Formats: sequence, C-alpha cells, structure tokens
Amino acid sequence: MGRKLDPTRKEKRGPGRKARKQRGAEVELARFLPPGKCGLDRPAAAPGRLRPSDRRVSSRRAGERQEEALQSRQKEAAGQTARGRSGFSDGNSKWLAPAKAKKTQPKGNHVELSSDGEVEEGSWEMEEEEDGSSEEMVDDYGASSSEEEELLPIEKAALKQKPDREGLSEDDSEEEEEAEEASKQKMGQKEEGPDLQLNLDIDEQFKLPTSEEIEKEDILFICDIHKPCPPDLHVIHQRIQGNMEVLQDFGVKREEGRSRQEYLALLRRDMAAYYSYSDFLLTKLMDIFPLPELINFLEANEVPRPVTIRTNTLKTRRRDLAQALINRGVNLDPLGKWSKTGLVIYDSTVPIGATPEYLAGHYMLQGASSLLPVMALAPQENERILDMCCAPGGKTSYIAQLMKNTGMILANDSSAERLRSVVGNLHRLGVTNAVVSNCDGRQFPKVLGGFDRVLLDAPCSGTGVISKDPAVKTNKDEKDIQRCAHLQKELILSAIDSVNAASETGGYIVYCTCSIMVEENECVVDYALKKRNVRLVATGLDFGKEGFTRFKDRRFHPSLKSTRRFYPHTHNMDGFFIAKFKKFSNAIPQAQKEPAVEAAAPSAVPDPIISEPPPKKKKLEESKADKEQKLPQPALKKKRSLQAQRRPLKA
Amino acid sequence: MRPLTEAETRAVFEKLGKYIGENIQLLVDRPDGTYCFRLHRDRVYYLSEKLLKLAASVPRESLVAAGSCFGKFTKSQKFRLSVTALDFLAPYAKVGHGPERPRAGPAAPLSAAPLSQYKVWVKPGSEQSFLYGNHVLKSGLGRVTESTAQYQGVVVYSMADVPLGFGVAAKSTQECRKVDPLAIVVFHQADVGEYVRNEDTLT
Repeated sequence: MGRKLDPTRKEKRGPGRKARKQRGAEVELARFLPPGKCGLDRPAAAPGRLRPSDRRVSSRRAGERQEEALQSRQKEAAGQTARGRSGFSDGNSKWLAPAKAKKTQPKGNHVELSSDGEVEEGSWEMEEEEDGSSEEMVDDYGASSSEEEELLPIEKAALKQKPDREGLSEDDSEEEEEAEEASKQKMGQKEEGPDLQLNLDIDEQFKLPTSEEIEKEDILFICDIHKPCPPDLHVIHQRIQGNMEVLQDFGVKREEGRSRQEYLALLRRDMAAYYSYSDFLLTKLMDIFPLPELINFLEANEVPRPVTIRTNTLKTRRRDLAQALINRGVNLDPLGKWSKTGLVIYDSTVPIGATPEYLAGHYMLQGASSLLPVMALAPQENERILDMCCAPGGKTSYIAQLMKNTGMILANDSSAERLRSVVGNLHRLGVTNAVVSNCDGRQFPKVLGGFDRVLLDAPCSGTGVISKDPAVKTNKDEKDIQRCAHLQKELILSAIDSVNAASETGGYIVYCTCSIMVEENECVVDYALKKRNVRLVATGLDFGKEGFTRFKDRRFHPSLKSTRRFYPHTHNMDGFFIAKFKKFSNAIPQAQKEPAVEAAAPSAVPDPIISEPPPKKKKLEESKADKEQKLPQPALKKKRSLQAQRRPLKA
Repeated sequence: MRPLTEAETRAVFEKLGKYIGENIQLLVDRPDGTYCFRLHRDRVYYLSEKLLKLAASVPRESLVAAGSCFGKFTKSQKFRLSVTALDFLAPYAKVGHGPERPRAGPAAPLSAAPLSQYKVWVKPGSEQSFLYGNHVLKSGLGRVTESTAQYQGVVVYSMADVPLGFGVAAKSTQECRKVDPLAIVVFHQADVGEYVRNEDTLT
C-alpha cells in the first residue's frame, strides 16, 4: 500500500511467470467489466516528473506507431466528445466522473491486482498518463503539447495491436481501454478551448469528495482481505497536488460549505497513503512544517542521504586520504566549507567500509550531521569529556581526534551490545585516551562527575533519519514520543549535573538528537533551562534553521533561537537538533511547584508575574491571529478560557 | 582492573619482545607521561596513569575497556597479542612526511630507532589475501628487513607503509630468496581485517 522504500521490491519489472499463465482469465474478465484505473505498485517518481526510462520508451513507441494512432484517434474523437466536454482535468476525471464511472474504478482495481505482473504494467501505463497530465501541470495547467497528446492514443493503440512486447503482459487490454478513455477525455478537452481558461476551471473544480465517497474508498481497502486493493496512487497524488493548490489560496479556491479542516483531513489521509506514514506522525509533521515544505520533507525521506566519511586526523590528512581513495577508484569531494575533515562519496568501485585505508583507521563512515554536535562541543586539549550515549563511537572518536589524544574521554553507553562496536572503532582509529563504560546514563554523576564538557546524543524516536529506517514512519506513536521525551529529560539533567561549572576551559553541555519532533527537542531544552542553572549559548554553527521559540500552544524561552535544526530536504543531511548549554553554577535550584509550561516565573516572585500575563497574552493573541485559519473555533475558545482561568491564580 | 602479576608481566613482555626487541622500556617511559599495563577480565590494557585514575573510578562491572587493549590471556594463561596493539608496535610516522603539527595518537616515542625491528612489505596484489587471514606467500612478498631469523616476529606493511598486521617469519631472509613462489614466508598472526571480521571478539 502506498510507496515503500523497499529496495528488494524495486527490482521487479514486467510480468511474473504467473501473469502469463493467467492470461486467459484476465482477458475473460476484461470482457465483462468496464475498464477502471489500476493500482500502482511501482514507487512513483517525483511528482510531475517521469522516469527517464518512461520518457524514452514512450517517445520511441510514439515514433513507431504513428499511422495506427492517427486512425484510432479519429475513431475516438468521433465517439467521445460528450464525455470530454465535461471540462474536468486529466487525472481528476477518474474520480470526478459521474457515478457509474466511479463504480467501475474500484472494480477495475480488483481485477488489476489479482496478478502481480499486471499491476506493474498498469503502473507503467499510468506513468505515461501521468506524463501527459503532469506535463500539463508543470507547463501550464492544461496546456500540453500536441505531441504528448498523440503519444497516448498512439501507445494505447499500439498496445492493442501488439500483445507480445518486451515486458508487457497480455493483460494490457484492460489498461489500454481505460487509458484510452482518459486520453479521450484529454483530447476532448483539448478540442474544447484555450488552455488558460481550462486552468482556472480545473482549480475551481477540485471537488472534495464527500465523506461518503471517502468512506467508500476506505471500505474497499479493508473489505477484501483475500484480495487487498491498494489505493490508486496516481489518483491520490493528483488529489494531493490539487488539494495543496486549494489550500495555498484558500479564500479564492475553496468550495462553498466545505471547511478547511475537511481539506486538511483529506490531505492528511492521502499523504499517509501515498508516503506510507501513520496518521499520528503525519499530523505531527503537519504541525511542524508548512505545507509545501512538508512535501519536500516527505520526498526527501524517500531518498537516502549521500555517504560521507570523516578523515581521522590522528593518522592521516584529508588530502592524502582523498588521494589514496581516488587511486582505488572512489569518486569523492570535500564535504563543504564548514568541515575540514569530511568527504562525501558519490560512488565507488570498492566497498567503502572495507578498504585497507578504512581498516588501517584512516577514516570513519559517519553521517554529515553527526559531525555537527562535536563541532559545537569544541573540546579542548587536556580536558575531561563525557560522552553519555556514545555508540557506535563516531562522535567519541571525533572528540578524541580534536583533542589529539590528550586529556580523557569517558565513553558511556547503556547497551553492551553496541559497545563492542565502540571499542572496535576506537581501537581501529587509534584513540588512546578513552575509557569505555557500560552504565545507564542516568547514573551520572553518581558514577563520576566533574567533567569539563558533556556530549549527550540522546536516544530518540528517529524521525530525522526516516530515510535510513522507514519503519519509523509507522511504528511511532504518542506513547513512544513521550517515553523518549521522558528519558531525554532525565538524561539531560544528569548530563548537566556531571559538568563542573567552575572548570576553566569548559562548563558546556551539548544536547543533540536525530529527531525533528518538538517534544524531544525544544521541550527538553526548555525543561532543562527551568530546572537547572544553565543557559543556552550559540552553537557556533552558522548554518541550519533556528529552533522554535513557540510551537502551537507552547511558549519556550527566547534563547532557544540559538539552537539549530537540520532537515534532510534543506541541508541534505539527516534531520538533527543541536543545543549548547553553559552551566554557570554548580548549585541545583530547588524544585518549583509551578506545573504549567507557559508560566516561567516561580511563584516566589510576584512582580514579574503580574507584568507577565499581559505581554504573554498579547503574544498569544498575535499568534492566534496567525493561526486563525488552521485552528478550529473550539480550540481557540478553549485557549482563551484557559488564559482566563490562569490569571486569577497568579494574582 | 588490577596490575599484572610477575608471571603475567613476563609473559607479556616476552611476547612483545619478539616484535620490538629490547625497546619495551620506550613503551613505558614516554615523554607524555608514564604508561602502564593493567589487567581487566583477562585482557591487558595499555594506558597512561592519568587515564588510570579515571578508569579506576568506574565500577568494575561497567568498565568495558580502558586505553588500548594489547591482547588477552587465554584460559591456559598464554598471552595472545591482538591486532589492536599494532598501532604501538608499528609506528606510523612515515619517514619524510615532515608534519607541521605533531602526530598525536599512538605516536612513536621520540627516539630515532623504530620500535619494530623486523618488517615485511607485501605487494598490493596479496594485501587483500593477508587481510582475509591468509599467510603471506613468496609471490606476495615485496621487501623484508635483512637478517630476519626464522620464527622471528615481524610486522607486516603494505607497500605504502600502512601497517597491516603481525606475523611470524616462516623462513629467514636468506631462505626467502631461494624458496619457490608458492611457499609461505610469513605466518599470519593478526591483521587489521579483523576489525571487520571479528568485531565482536575485540571486546
């Protein structure tokens, strides 16, 4: 269902053996059932973009079958103007068509997906159609070169003529018919009128399917356990794009009587189906990112980040290493201005994790974003450093290399399994100033304290590294996030307590996660600011997005602007969050009784409190105005009443 | 974490002596501090005294490693040198490299004499074979130090002076010249390929 980052499945192309065997059945069924859109199994290319292979194939076939196409086209043109004149856009016509057409669609799904091989073909067909429609959208919302138009009927006709082509199964007849219909509609449209005019029509007629229609689709998902019918990805993709356009310009393009919530709900469902996310995660993401950025983020998570390595300056220089690797046949480049030790690998003839240079400890395979927290930590020589969650040891070894093997590092991790790789890596890279321990991070500083700097790379939900582990898309829910956040809060307090504020050169804590959730990042940092005598300082990283100072109904300390967020779609590295604290006093403040997150001042100080609610309320109201469109009315009212309740308490 | 007993120390130094001769003193008295050997869970660790203080404060059950592991004692109390000691026995500071900043890490002591006395260079073609754990054949032998006795401990390098591991000379230098190409000249003892092959057993 939907698109999965499953490399093992990608290789399947063309019909399987069984497709051929079931030839008879498909042909029979095709006679009884009217054509419908087939399901897609092949992961789609980026929206609006054809795969190069598809483009080439379609053009080739177009060239070959010009004549036949012309003949069939005339036939089609004659018979289908009635349908074409309805003025629907290309892709939307599938489900915006009159009722009987809609019913055929799901049935079409059933048939199509009874054999695996056929699904591939269907998807292939759809890609070509998408080509026509997406080309239209990309160019001019309705304009498409006549060439494109001719391609489709040509190809459809060609498919009819020649069942035994390279990869296609004989089950194409069905797809051909439905594809033909679609192209007929397109052509009918073409003959209609000028393109720009159609453009506006299309947008305004992005009709939200009613809840019944959505239900129907849903039912069809679940009803057949024996024959699961995945959603039609092409249709969903079209719908997502149409929906996004409406939402961008809601006042103008909305449908009467339909609230923004309905559009958003549909968008959420569609994106969850298309990109295979759980609804929970997608809701969270929609809160963090504005809509166009969200699509970029989701797309970026489908693609792996480039492989990067870090030179081990204890043993070699970047220049020499690059030379040695190039001699082995590796295609690489320096990582960027911000790193003196990073190299990005484009491709290589030898396995990067097994070259003699790797084995000799000249470099370490490490993600680009993992270099950042250590750069922010800036360990100095002859310091005592604690790395609380060090596995697999990339950051620890980087710290050691920056310290030139002086001083001391305590590399701790709570998992004994993963500590083996830490030991292996440290030995391989020639780190001599490290002690490796297997304690629970929360036991510090009881085990050992008085460090100059602490690095806490907290265990998290992993929402920033979805491209590495697609399972995160579906297996994280509210409880997981809360559990992670709780653990992170405990760990950060331990980390802060393990630092000696009076250290001459240090007194810094760097907190980082590979997650983009606000509950795990800004909330934890805010919590630490309240509970301990620390303050946030600049990380020293001049790129990256600033952390949030406010989020939904939560307000954080303004110094959170100095934290940094990194995203896969903007920086082409794993999602990351980095915050750097300076501890200014070793004393631990007494626990405050104030429960609410928004009330920052302790109850002991009355004056600031009285002055605080008015400015806070103003801030809230401003932000409310911003979010007017997004928030439903009841939530707004609730917020206001909450405010009203809170004020009397403080007075 | 405890200091080595007499017998254990003797065993360790004997083994080390096979590879670096009498320069063991250089390992202990280094310009950047005194280093020592400690035993923890049958493994011998080499660490500076400063690091020792830190390691001593960690509870014994939680301590996994400290400094660099040199090798381990088998059940029958024989000392087996592991590849993780390579960095100390084969100083990587290449001659003529002239770094502007001092080479940190398991640097060679400042004395001119390299620690490892006997070295063997392997041709590029049979580098991979040695890294998989095979012995070195005459056909893969590039260079060898003069007057290597038979069964002498040697350090194996690649032609680019990258240390690959340890071995024991199967034939003395003189014999190496005469023997046929498929004969073994160096017995494999430890190689850096083990970091990938035997990652689990390093701890």
